[in-house]
Amino acid sequence: MPVTHTNTPAPLASTTPWQDKMQVWLPKLILSPTIVVTLICVYGFVIWTGLLSFTKSRFLPQFDFVGWRQYERLLNNDRWITACENLLIFGGLFIAICLLIGVLLAIFLDQKIQQEGMIRTIYLYPMALSFIVTGTAWKWILNPGLGLENLVHQMGFTDFKFDWLVNSDMAVYTLVIAAVWQSSGFVMALFLAGLRGIDSSIINAAQIDGASKPRIYWSIILPCLRPVFFSAIIILSHLAIKSFDLVTALTSGGPGYSSDLPALFMYSHSFTRGQMGLGAASAIMMLAGILAILVPYLYSELRGKRNA
Amino acid sequence: MKLKTLFLAMTFAAGSATAGEVEVLHWWTSGGEAKSVAVLKQMMEQQGHSWKDFAVAGGGGESAMTVLKTRVVSGNAPTAAQIKGHDIQEWAELDYLANLDEVAKKEGWEQSVPSVVTDIMKYDSHYVAVPVNVHRVNWLWANPAVFEKAGAKIPTNLDEFFVAADKLKAAGVIPLAQGGQPWQEATLFEAVALEILGSADYRKAFVDHDMAVLKGKKMVEALTIFKKMKGYTDQAASGRDWNIATNMVITGQAGMQIMGDWAKGEFIAAGKKPGVDFVCVPAPGTQGQFTFNVDSFAMFKQKDKGAMAAQNDLAKTILTPEFQEVFNLNKGSIPVRTDMDLSKFDQCALDSMDTFKASATSGDLVPSFAHGMATTSAIQGAMYDVLTNYYNSDNISAQDTANLLADVVEDAM
Repeated sequence: MPVTHTNTPAPLASTTPWQDKMQVWLPKLILSPTIVVTLICVYGFVIWTGLLSFTKSRFLPQFDFVGWRQYERLLNNDRWITACENLLIFGGLFIAICLLIGVLLAIFLDQKIQQEGMIRTIYLYPMALSFIVTGTAWKWILNPGLGLENLVHQMGFTDFKFDWLVNSDMAVYTLVIAAVWQSSGFVMALFLAGLRGIDSSIINAAQIDGASKPRIYWSIILPCLRPVFFSAIIILSHLAIKSFDLVTALTSGGPGYSSDLPALFMYSHSFTRGQMGLGAASAIMMLAGILAILVPYLYSELRGKRNA
Repeated sequence: MKLKTLFLAMTFAAGSATAGEVEVLHWWTSGGEAKSVAVLKQMMEQQGHSWKDFAVAGGGGESAMTVLKTRVVSGNAPTAAQIKGHDIQEWAELDYLANLDEVAKKEGWEQSVPSVVTDIMKYDSHYVAVPVNVHRVNWLWANPAVFEKAGAKIPTNLDEFFVAADKLKAAGVIPLAQGGQPWQEATLFEAVALEILGSADYRKAFVDHDMAVLKGKKMVEALTIFKKMKGYTDQAASGRDWNIATNMVITGQAGMQIMGDWAKGEFIAAGKKPGVDFVCVPAPGTQGQFTFNVDSFAMFKQKDKGAMAAQNDLAKTILTPEFQEVFNLNKGSIPVRTDMDLSKFDQCALDSMDTFKASATSGDLVPSFAHGMATTSAIQGAMYDVLTNYYNSDNISAQDTANLLADVVEDAM
C-alpha cells in the first residue's frame, strides 16, 4: 500500500496504515466543527447581513429588494456621518495615545527599577475591568455636577471649567480619555515583553560604539519592536471599531448624538428602531471600512516579513 | 410499542401544559409595577388558568423586544406581550396577532373605552391588543415649597413659565429638572409643541406628517422656546435618568419637571402628598389638552384551544374594573375605562381623568409622539435624532432644524 509522507514526518516503524490515516484525518476531524461554525456564524451571517441591507426590512427580516436605497439613506443620514467622524477621531487618538503612553511606560519600566512587578500590576490593572465599569466610573468623574469640576470648585477655584462630557463638541474626547486609561497599561505590557525579548548583545554593541541611550532606543530598539507595534495596532483598532459598551456606559452617544459611534448606530437602528435594512447597511459599511484599513496593512506587514 | 406510548404520553403532557396557560412577556419588574403584574397573575389563576411569567427586565423594553422577536420568528410566540402604540400595527401587519373581536364585543369595549384609544388597539378594524392604562404625558410637576421661597407662582402658560423660571434661578435653584436622554428631550418638546401648534396642527405634524406644518413658522417658534428652556436646566443633565430628575424636584434642588404621570410614583414612594408636598398641573398652556401614552398587551395567535380560551380570559381580565383599579393605583396612571368609580384615586389622577374624558370629545386628546403613540418607530427615531441634536448643539438654527425635521420624516416614511 503506497503511503505518501510529504507533509508528515517519517512514521515510526511500528505504525499501521490505519494509524497513518488517523494522523492525516484526526487534525481535520478536530478542526472541522470550528470550520463549520466559523463558516456559518461569520461568513454566513456576513452574507445574510449583506442581503438584508438590500431589502426594506423593518423590524423583522423581509425580502423586498430595494437596491442601494438603504445605502443612500445611510449616506444622507447626519447621525451616521457624525458617527463615522467620531470613529476616526476616537480611533486615531485612542491608538496614537495608547501607543505613546504604552511605549514610554514600557521603556521607563525597563530601566531595571525597584518594585517593577508592583508598578506593572498597577498599570495593567485597568485592563481587568470591563468597559462598562470604566465608562460608569468616568461618567461620574467627568460629570461637572458630581466629579472633577465640582471637586475643584469645592477647593475654592470656582472658575475652573471641565465640561467635556456635557459639551457636544468635546464629548467624543471623553471616550478617548476613558479608553486610553483602560488600555494603555495593556499596551505597556506588550511592549515590555517585546523589550525583554531583544538580544542584549545588540544593545551592548551599540553602547560600546558610543551611542547615547535615546539614540539606541530610537534607532535600534524601537525598529526591533515592529512586530509588537503591529499586534498592538491590530488589537487597539479592533477595540476602537467594536467599542460599544464604553460609549453606552459613558455618554450613550450623547449629548444629542454627538458622541455616537457606528456600532451604536447599527445596534439602535437594527434592534430598537425597527430599521433592520438601514442597520444592516451600516454594518456592511463598517465591515468595508475595516477591510479597507486592514487588508493593505496586513498585506504590507506580512509580505514584508516574508521578504525579510 | 413501549416507545410509542412514551411518545404519546409526552405529547399529551406537553399538550396539557399549554392548555389554559398564559405566558406574558412584560418588563414591569420594578416595585409598584411588579405588584400590579402579581395581581393579574392571581386573577388569572382564580379563573383556573396557569400563569407563566416571562419578564425581561431593562432598557424600557428594548431587551424584551429583542427576545420577543426571536421567540416569534422561531414559531414560539408567547400568549401576550407588552407592545404599545404603532408597534402593534407593525406586528399585526406581519400577521402574528390574534383577533379579539369576540371578547371585545361581549365585554362592550367600544362603549367603555374612548375610540382614540381603541383605534390604536385595532388593525384593519379588528381588535388585536388590549389597553392597560392611560398615562398623561403633558404634566408639570412642581415643588411648592421651592416656589414659595423664590416668590414665584406655579406657571399656567409659557410666559409665566419663564417668569417663574427666572425667579427660581435668582433664588439659586435649578428651575427645570431635565434628564438628558433623547426621549426626555422629546417629551419636553412635545409639551411645548402642543401649546404652540395647538391640537389640530400637532396632529397634522406628528400623526399625518404634513410637511408644511413640520417646517412651518409655528414649528420654528416651538423649537426656539424648547431651546430657550434648556437655559433653565443644569449642566449635569446629560444622560440623567428621568427619576433622578424627579428626585431633584422632590428634594427641592430643582423647582419643576415636565414629565408624564409616571413621575407621580416617585413622589409617592418618597412619602410626598399630592397637593401638599408637590403639585401636578398641566404643562404650561396645555390646560384641557391631553397627550396620551397607553400601555397595552398585544395578543399573539395561538394554536392550542386551551391557550386561546386562556388568552381571551386574559384580555377580558385586563379590562375589568377591578384590575384596572389595582393596576393604575400602583402605576400612577389612570384607567382606560371611562365608566369607573375613581374614589380611591388621588387628585392628580382625577384631574387627568376629567381632562381625558373632556378632551376625547373636544379633539384635544392627542397621541404622544415621544412615546410611540403617534407614528412608526422609524419616524420617531428620526425625529429624536433631530431634536436631541438641536437641543444639545449650538451650531444649528431653529429654522434649519424644522426643515431637517421635515426631511427626515419624509425619508423615514
